[in-house]
Amino acid sequence: MDDGLPNAPRIVDCDVLIVGGGFAGCGAAFEARYWGRDLKIVLVEKAAIERSGAVAQGLSAINCYMGMRWGENRPEDFVRYVRNDLMGLSREDLVFDIARHVDSSVHLFEEWGLPIFTDPSGKYIREGRWQVMIHGESYKPIIAEAARAAASQVDEHVIITHLLPSADDPRRIAGAVGFSVRDGSYRVYRARVVIVAAGGASHLFRPRSAGEGWGRTWYPPWSTGSAYALLIRVGAEMTQMENRLVVTRFKDGYGPVGAFFLYLKAVATNAAGENYEVTRRAELRERVGAYADAKPLPTCLRNDLMLREIQEGRGPILIHTERVIDTPEKENAAWGAFLNMTVGQAVTWAAQGIDPKTDPSELILSEPYLLGSHAVCAGAWASGPDDVAPPEYRWGYNRMTTIAGLFGAGDTIGGSAHKFSSGSFTEGRLAAKGAVRFLADHPGPVPVAVEEVERLRTEIFAPLVRFVEDRPKITRGAVSPGLLFPDQGLHRLEKIMDEYGGGVSANYATNDALLERGLRQLLRLREDLRAIGAGDLHQLGRAWELDHRTWTAEAVLRHTRFRTETRWPGYYYRSDHPKVDDAHWRCFVNSVYDPASGEWRLFTKPVRAVL
Amino acid sequence: MPTYVLPEKCKGCMQCVDICPSDIMHIDPAQGRAYNVEPAMCWECFACVKACPEGAIEVRGYADFAPLGHRVVPNRTPERIYWTVRMRDGTVKEFSFPTRRRKWGSTASPATEPPPAAGALAGPLLSFEPDYLAVDELPTLPLTPVS
Ligand SMILES: Cc1cc2nc3c(=O)[nH]c(=O)nc-3n(C[C@H](O)[C@H](O)[C@H](O)COP(=O)(O)OP(=O)(O)OC[C@H]3O[C@@H](n4cnc5c(N)ncnc54)[C@H](O)[C@@H]3O)c2cc1C
Ligand code: SF4
Ligand code: SF4
Repeated sequence: MDDGLPNAPRIVDCDVLIVGGGFAGCGAAFEARYWGRDLKIVLVEKAAIERSGAVAQGLSAINCYMGMRWGENRPEDFVRYVRNDLMGLSREDLVFDIARHVDSSVHLFEEWGLPIFTDPSGKYIREGRWQVMIHGESYKPIIAEAARAAASQVDEHVIITHLLPSADDPRRIAGAVGFSVRDGSYRVYRARVVIVAAGGASHLFRPRSAGEGWGRTWYPPWSTGSAYALLIRVGAEMTQMENRLVVTRFKDGYGPVGAFFLYLKAVATNAAGENYEVTRRAELRERVGAYADAKPLPTCLRNDLMLREIQEGRGPILIHTERVIDTPEKENAAWGAFLNMTVGQAVTWAAQGIDPKTDPSELILSEPYLLGSHAVCAGAWASGPDDVAPPEYRWGYNRMTTIAGLFGAGDTIGGSAHKFSSGSFTEGRLAAKGAVRFLADHPGPVPVAVEEVERLRTEIFAPLVRFVEDRPKITRGAVSPGLLFPDQGLHRLEKIMDEYGGGVSANYATNDALLERGLRQLLRLREDLRAIGAGDLHQLGRAWELDHRTWTAEAVLRHTRFRTETRWPGYYYRSDHPKVDDAHWRCFVNSVYDPASGEWRLFTKPVRAVL
Repeated sequence: MPTYVLPEKCKGCMQCVDICPSDIMHIDPAQGRAYNVEPAMCWECFACVKACPEGAIEVRGYADFAPLGHRVVPNRTPERIYWTVRMRDGTVKEFSFPTRRRKWGSTASPATEPPPAAGALAGPLLSFEPDYLAVDELPTLPLTPVS
C-alpha cells in the first residue's frame, strides 16, 4: 500500500496485538508468550515502555498482595473488602480472580529483582492490610524487561487511534490503526486478537493546578482515556463509567497518603486540631446509614467527611507528619515514599520549605479521574473466569469484552477495583491466557476492510492538512476562526466537565439539568474536533488524545445522568438525588454505543455476590 | 517549569526525547540541544532527568505553587538511586534507595520454561502456578469451610 504519499501505511500482521505497555500490557505480553510459544505477539506503546504509564516514576508500595503463603489474607477477604469499599457494587468474580492469582505475580517481581521490604525471616513488610512496601524506583523498567523478553516486537512512540472490526462481522475484532509520532507513518496492525491495556484518564475535569502546573494531576497527563474511547467506538459494553475517582492527596504536589496514614500512622485534623473523621461520624450516619459504620470506612466516604469540613470553612486539613516522624528511618521512609513515586511532592516540600519532621502538610481532594484499577472501577464489561463467574457474567473467554477477540486488562476493565499495579499486571496475564485460548479455538485470519483502513488514514492525518490550509488566513498565532488547537479543546472539555459534570469548582455536585447541558456542550466540542489542527506530529498526538478524552467524558456524563442516586458521596453528588438508594440502584449501570447508528443505550445489570 | 536544560551540558543525544512519557522533550533544531516543548504537560516524573547521561536536565517546581530556591537532583546507578534535596532555606538532605537486586538484562522470556502440559490452557492456572503462589493450590469457589 506504499503509495509514495506522506504517512505511508506500514502493515504489521500478528496473532496477538497488545495496545499499551503499562502494567497490564507488560503482564499480557509475558503471559501470552508462556502459552503461545509460536505466536507473533506485538506490543504497541505510545511512549517507551521503560517509563510509560502510571508507574513512570516508580512506586513505593505494591497495593494488592494477599500473602496467602503466610496465611495473611484469603481471596474471599479481599472480595469482602472491595465490596465494602465500592458501596456494594463489584464484579466479585473478577475481584476474586485477581486476588487468587496476584501473589504469583508479586513473587515473580521479587525474583526479577524488585526490592521488596522484608523482615529477617524474609516475610514482606506490610504498609497496610493489602499493601507491601517496596523500593520501587525501577518497578516499571524491571517489568518492562520481562515484557521485552517475551514479545516478538515492541513498537514504541506509536499512538493507537482506532480499533478495526472485521470486514465480515462488526462484532469481531481484526486489529487497530494509529501512527508513529516519530516518523509520521500510518500503522496498520492486522491481528487475530487484541488486548487493550491503555490505562485510565486524567484531564477530563479541570485540574486544581493552573498555568504551568496544568500537568500536575495525580494520575499522569498521559493517561488519556484511550482504553475507553477505543472500546466504546467499536460498540463494546461499558460499566461503571460514572464511578469517577477523587483522591485525598498532599496539597499541590499530590503526593499519595498511603505510607503516611497506614505505615507511619499519621492523623489528619481540621484547623482546630479536631479529628473530623471522629467528630463527623454521627452526621455521616444520618446521610448514608449503615455504610457509615463499615470497616474500613469506604474511600469515598472518607473524602466526603473531608469535603464537608472544608466546605464549612474548617480548613486547612492538616496531616500531622511531625507527630510521627521521630527517627531517621521514618524520615527516610517519608521522603522515600515520594522520591520513589511522586517526585513532584518532594519538590513541593523543598520549595515550600516544609520539613515533614517538624511541619504538618496540607491535604486536599483532587479533581476527578477515570480508572479501573484503583478505589474505583470504571471500564469495559468483561467475561469472567469459568470456575468462578455466575452464568450471566460469562460468555466466553476470561477478560474478553462483548466484542469477540477483544480483551482488556488493568484500568481498561470495569467492575473490579483495587487491582493497582500488581493486580493490573495479573489481569494482563489473565486476559492474555484467555486470548491465547480464543486463538486456539478460532484459527485462521480475520479480514480487514481495505476501504475502512484508507478512510481512517485520511481522518487520522487530517489535522496536519487543516493546519497548513489555515495558516494563510491569519498573520500569526493560535487564534483562528475555523481552527481549534488541541490544548484549546482540552481546556474546553475540562471546563464543561468541571462545571456541569461535578468537578472541583462545583464541589463535585451535579444534577440532571446540569448533565443535560454538559452533554450538549460536549457534543458541540465533538463537532468542533472536525476543525482541530496540528502543526506537527506531537500536536497530532495531542489531537487524538483529546478525541479519546471526549468519548470517555461523554460516557461519564451519560452514566452519571442515568444513575439517579448518589451512590458514592465523596466521589460525586447528584444534588437532585442526594441519597444512597439501595432499593433501586444496587446494580451496575452499563452502556453500549452503536457505531452504525451513533446511538447510546444505557441499562442496568444485577450485582451477583459470589461468596 | 518542570524541566529545563542546561545548554553547556546538553550534547543532543536524544535520550530524554526517547524516554519522556509525555513526548515533550524535543531537540531544538537551531541549537541541537533538548528543551521542554510543553511544560504544562510535564508530570515532574524525572524520567528524562534520570536518563540524561550529562546531568543536563533539572526541574524547577511548578510556578503556580512552588516558590523558587529549591533543587531536587537524582543520580541513578544500576543498583541504587541517590537524591540530593535542597530546601528553600538552603538545608540539604540526602537520600539513597536500592533500585534492583538483580543484574539488568537478566530476565528471560517465559518461552525458556518447559511448555505447559496439554489441556492446561483450558484450566485456571497461570504460568508458574501453582508453584509461585506458594500455597498448595489455587483457591476456587464454592469455598470449602475452613477447619
Ligand atoms: C501517583 C500514583 C501512585 C500510585 N501508587 C500505587 C501504589 O503505591 N501501589 C500500586 O500498586 N499502584 C499504585 N498506583 C496505581 C497503578 O499505577 C495503576 O493501577 C496501574 O499502573 C494501572 O495499570 P494499566 O496497565 O492499566 O495502566 P498504565 O500502567 O498507565 O499503562 C497504560 C499504558 O498504555 C499506554 N497508552 C495509552 N494510550 C495509548 C494509545 N492510544 N496507544 C498506545 N499506547 C497507549 C500508556 O502510555 C501506558 O504505557 C499509583 C498510580 C499513580 C499515578
Ligand atoms: S538526554 Fe541530556 S544530553 Fe541528551 S539530549 Fe537530552 S538533555 Fe541533552
Ligand atoms: S519530567 Fe517526565 S514528563 Fe517532564 S519532561 Fe521529563 S520525562 Fe517528560
